[in-house]
Amino acid sequence: MNRSCETLVATLRERLGEDLRDCVVALDEVTIEVKARRLSEVALTLRDDPALAFEQLIDLCGVDYLLYGKDEWATEESSTTGFSRGVDEASSGRLHFGDSLPVGDMERRFAVVVHLLSLQHNRRLRVRCFAEPGDVPVVPSLTGVWNAAQWYEREAFDLFGILFEGHNDLRRLLTDYGFVGHPFRKDFPLVGHVEMRYDPERRRVVYEPVSIEPRVLVPRVIRDDNRFVLPDVEGPADG
Amino acid sequence: MAEIRNYTVNFGPQHPAAHGVLRLVLEMDGEVVQRADPHIGLLHRGTEKLAETKPYNQSIGYMDRLDYVSMMCNEHGYVLAIEKLLGVKPPLRARYIRVMFDEITRILNHLLWLGAHALDIGAMTVFLYCFREREDLMDCYEAVSGARLHATYYRPGGVARDLPDAMPQYRESRWRGKHDVERMNANREGSLLDFIGDFAARFPGLIDEYETLLTDNRIWKQRTVGIGVVTPERALQLGFTGPMLRGSGIAWDLRKKQPYEVYRELDFDIPIGTNGDCYDRYLVRVEEMRQSTRIIAQCVDWLRANPGPVISDDYKVAPPSREEMKGDMEALIHHFKLFTEGLCIPAGEAYAAVEHPKGEFGAYLISDGANKPYRLKIRAPGFAHLSALDEMARGHMLADVVAIIGTQDIVFGEVDR
Repeated sequence: MNRSCETLVATLRERLGEDLRDCVVALDEVTIEVKARRLSEVALTLRDDPALAFEQLIDLCGVDYLLYGKDEWATEESSTTGFSRGVDEASSGRLHFGDSLPVGDMERRFAVVVHLLSLQHNRRLRVRCFAEPGDVPVVPSLTGVWNAAQWYEREAFDLFGILFEGHNDLRRLLTDYGFVGHPFRKDFPLVGHVEMRYDPERRRVVYEPVSIEPRVLVPRVIRDDNRFVLPDVEGPADG
Repeated sequence: MAEIRNYTVNFGPQHPAAHGVLRLVLEMDGEVVQRADPHIGLLHRGTEKLAETKPYNQSIGYMDRLDYVSMMCNEHGYVLAIEKLLGVKPPLRARYIRVMFDEITRILNHLLWLGAHALDIGAMTVFLYCFREREDLMDCYEAVSGARLHATYYRPGGVARDLPDAMPQYRESRWRGKHDVERMNANREGSLLDFIGDFAARFPGLIDEYETLLTDNRIWKQRTVGIGVVTPERALQLGFTGPMLRGSGIAWDLRKKQPYEVYRELDFDIPIGTNGDCYDRYLVRVEEMRQSTRIIAQCVDWLRANPGPVISDDYKVAPPSREEMKGDMEALIHHFKLFTEGLCIPAGEAYAAVEHPKGEFGAYLISDGANKPYRLKIRAPGFAHLSALDEMARGHMLADVVAIIGTQDIVFGEVDR
């Protein structure tokens, strides 16, 4: 851990206190986790406290942790059993029209990750905030603290279906007018649900179920490489 | 008295001054813009989702297609994020090559921006001048990677191959006589580095040519001075980066402030504006081209003097050479695994940013230890800039909207992703 990360972590612990749920330093980057309920207050502190002074919101994005750590190809036991074919698992690349993944009740599924930049102190901070579990994931909006969040939140709403409480113009941004679903969710098929063409008989554009066959050329595989087991590299806490 | 109503104008998505597929719904009060609502996403390809279903090294080509006028800089951001997670550092020569091509890319981008921006506001000649020089730079791209636009040249651990010893030359044809070909090949006799060195020597004079056409031009000033003014405070609030931020007078450049690769070793200056209007941003970008030329000249000198490897020799990251693969079993296995399964990256997350010609281009990678990214988020500078279009255009005339779109240097490949 280098010096500037250390001082940042110490300041964060002091200024945020109870609001700081988790604080990880890895690869010289500081990541903190904040409860959704307290996000707005924390954001104001991060921006206005002169010791933190994160003037700029660089990026805000949604993350869907539904399939985190799941692979399609078992390689651990291969020396005794041989390799599996790695073509059976369902991931978003393999879903057909109408297929869906069992979603279940995942408590920590949707997160919003914010990247902040302080020009004054020349350092960055990553803030992760898991949406409250429920039918629709909800996270408070940051548009009042950093105006740049306006479109980033619209994008996260469009792609992940995360609702931002307090956002005054939460429309879809990237997908087509009248699009159904949230395409970046892990249970949304890569090939999509519908395809569009011009129908010369009806003389208008029609939507039909997709006809392309989904295929995955390289299965997803997780290998435990002991060269990379470092003490301070950690993924997000399990849900 | 007749009732006065606001008028709604649909600008684009097929308008030449919309720089691609921007649909802009403008609410007008006579000639004055009351509200601008950009509708984007017409070029949305789901790059990030596609990257999640492919091994890491197969997505480099997608990065070229994000901002398709500054291809190698996009690759750079993505490759840096992978290298950060892997803990790999490319050889020094590769880092110099990357910096040199980043700066070539910056000039490529600024030339297209300058030409298109000037054309939008009514100056035709600059466009032709700019494309003349873009041709030379794209020849450099072609010489090194085989492709003029979508190079896929940067790889995790270095660059795909070393700089070629010979520059491709023009050949005689029915349309090009012997004298023409000799003239065109005059600076292509040597290596690629000689060609780039020659370019760096004559380019400042060419920038003077563009400046003669524009900088003191009365019409150019009328169209840009005082248009789209952004204060430094608003620029920070709106998430501006790159020339948009520097035009407002904030000296912030990742190459200086958070140096990556070898920028720390190089000598260059960061131009900043004072008024935050379109004219200042024009001056900033023109000066950036001069500074880029300086950086390129320094890189050429260093690369001439220091031959060496251009890609990591860690075969878990970069493939072994072709000859080695034919003679060595171990190398063959590494090659096979890298191209069938790809590289598995340790679990964790990283954000790597580069000073892209348009601003801060960042790649945020979440890895769960697999051979494919769990989540890739691309932070495109144009996205934040375009979201501020409403604020910048409000109260301006319809014709100024074109100037503001131009000054933001919007490319839809990266905004829509």
